[in-house]
Amino acid sequence: MLELKDVTISYKNRPTVKNFNLSLEQGKICSIVGESGSGKTTVIRAVLGLLAGGGKVTEGDILFEGKSLLKNTREEWRKLRGTDISMIFQDSGAMTNQTRVIGKQFVEYIRTHEDISKKDAWDKGIKMLERMRLPSGDNIMKSYPFQLSGGMRQRVGIAMAMTFQPKLLLADEPTSALDVTTQAQIVRQMMELRDEYKTSIIVVTHNLGVAAYMSDFIVVMKDGEIVDAGGRDHILHRSESEYTKGLLDAVPSLGGVRYV
Amino acid sequence: MFDEKDLILDAKHVTRKFPASNNRTLVACNDINLKLYKGKTLGLVGESGCGKSTFMRFLVSLDTPTEGEIYFHGKDITKMKGEELRQNRQKIQMVFQDPSGSFNPKMKIRDIICEPLMNFNRIRKSEKDAVARKYLELVDLPGDFADRYPHSMSGGQRQRIAIARAIVLEPEVVVMDEATCALDVSVQKTIIELIVKLQKEKNIAIGFIAHDLGLIQSFAHQIAVMYLGNIVEVIPAEELNKSASHPYTKALMGAIFDINMDFTKKIESIESEAPSPLDVPTGCPFQDRCEHYMEICKQVRPTRIELEPGHEVACHLFEKEGCHLHEDHCDVCREMP
Repeated sequence: MLELKDVTISYKNRPTVKNFNLSLEQGKICSIVGESGSGKTTVIRAVLGLLAGGGKVTEGDILFEGKSLLKNTREEWRKLRGTDISMIFQDSGAMTNQTRVIGKQFVEYIRTHEDISKKDAWDKGIKMLERMRLPSGDNIMKSYPFQLSGGMRQRVGIAMAMTFQPKLLLADEPTSALDVTTQAQIVRQMMELRDEYKTSIIVVTHNLGVAAYMSDFIVVMKDGEIVDAGGRDHILHRSESEYTKGLLDAVPSLGGVRYV
Repeated sequence: MFDEKDLILDAKHVTRKFPASNNRTLVACNDINLKLYKGKTLGLVGESGCGKSTFMRFLVSLDTPTEGEIYFHGKDITKMKGEELRQNRQKIQMVFQDPSGSFNPKMKIRDIICEPLMNFNRIRKSEKDAVARKYLELVDLPGDFADRYPHSMSGGQRQRIAIARAIVLEPEVVVMDEATCALDVSVQKTIIELIVKLQKEKNIAIGFIAHDLGLIQSFAHQIAVMYLGNIVEVIPAEELNKSASHPYTKALMGAIFDINMDFTKKIESIESEAPSPLDVPTGCPFQDRCEHYMEICKQVRPTRIELEPGHEVACHLFEKEGCHLHEDHCDVCREMP
């Protein structure tokens, strides 16, 4: 359903991501891992047409359900974003307006994409929040973002992103700001989304453990290029790339290497 | 495993209460007893908001506890004032989570590293360059970095500078607050190796805050697990995998995504979130999320009991010998006073 063909992305004529290839099927989860500055966020931002600071896809093509995304007009993007393709950010609290309650922003978001009354949109919001296992959705709709914990804010972000049951969900470091217990909950929830709605998910993460656990396919990036790609088993045990091995070696593990 | 004569820092019954709205109080640390030993690392683990940073800030005298004492070589540092406190700060230093936030962006690396020494008149201006170079090389950076500014360095390099600044006074204790969690795993590994190397060379006692049990067990000697202001378990790091006992410690371990884990198994995690530290329940703080919840947990707060030397746990399951082994442990525990 999503295909990136030989994509090169440049910021101010300097290529940041080179010859990136990826094809994703319906209902699959793909992780992009790599160190900071390796271009992983740039890739998923390009899919949504949200490249910051004058970034441009200079070569190659991005196909979503057979249709090139690069030639989209503003109107086409508006229809696609938030409904067919959604995104979750590292801190969903930062994408909300701190001075407005969650509910108002949720209602505004729903009514941008669907012609329903405020009351119905409010109820729909509550229903989504409860589906994300946020108890007392009504209370959350009435709270300000800063009143919620990091894990709750992230769930609100996912609830919003999932409102229109997107075909593709992009997640940029969705758990790296969270505690381990909350991280496990969010990861599990994202996998349930895939099982329930057949949503395809691309997760950008630096946590190899998370990537290995949830994804069908893992892409390892370094300096804007793919250095390794494959299923979990390939990456963890049969990889020939020195870089992948080095990364795996550096992941602290319970009962693993001790330095003292 | 720890020699009592190597005891450097001894926190006794440390409690910190913050006033909150509606005449309530927030207990950030509740009766904490921990010890730091020469050349050893104490890892403090817990979820955000559990009070681990609050506690470590007492050790560096950035805050004072409402109750309790902290003895440094037998002297209570919570009562120190004025010049005595200032002099004492040389002995206990800190490394922060975000190194860029802890530097003045307009100072050169040379001045950053030497500032503590200049403050205490321990070197002359003319010696600064040589000292900065020496410490840069100690943290495996080229000496020429002395002329740089913090913004022209990577996160890992900045963290090395922060470590250099902390050890330049030759302290006996260094407190590190999530010193590696903003870094990539590969960089994190090199920083941990550096910390371990420096600790061996200089025999420093380290208090390390983390939320990743996998990371902390790779280089700590002793691990303390904190939950809502209470220490629930203290365990030697090498025992962690084998004999962690408290249900909360186990829950934390179960929630770790490990590359060596069994991927067919579902990741376990406590479903709920930690309650607000404003309404910590009476009795055991972990009762609402615990799968071994018993009647007694609601009424009595468990005290820390020793299972093995150096391994203490605060949980009713372990209060009577063998109690947790019986299936009817509830009844046994209910009869307890």
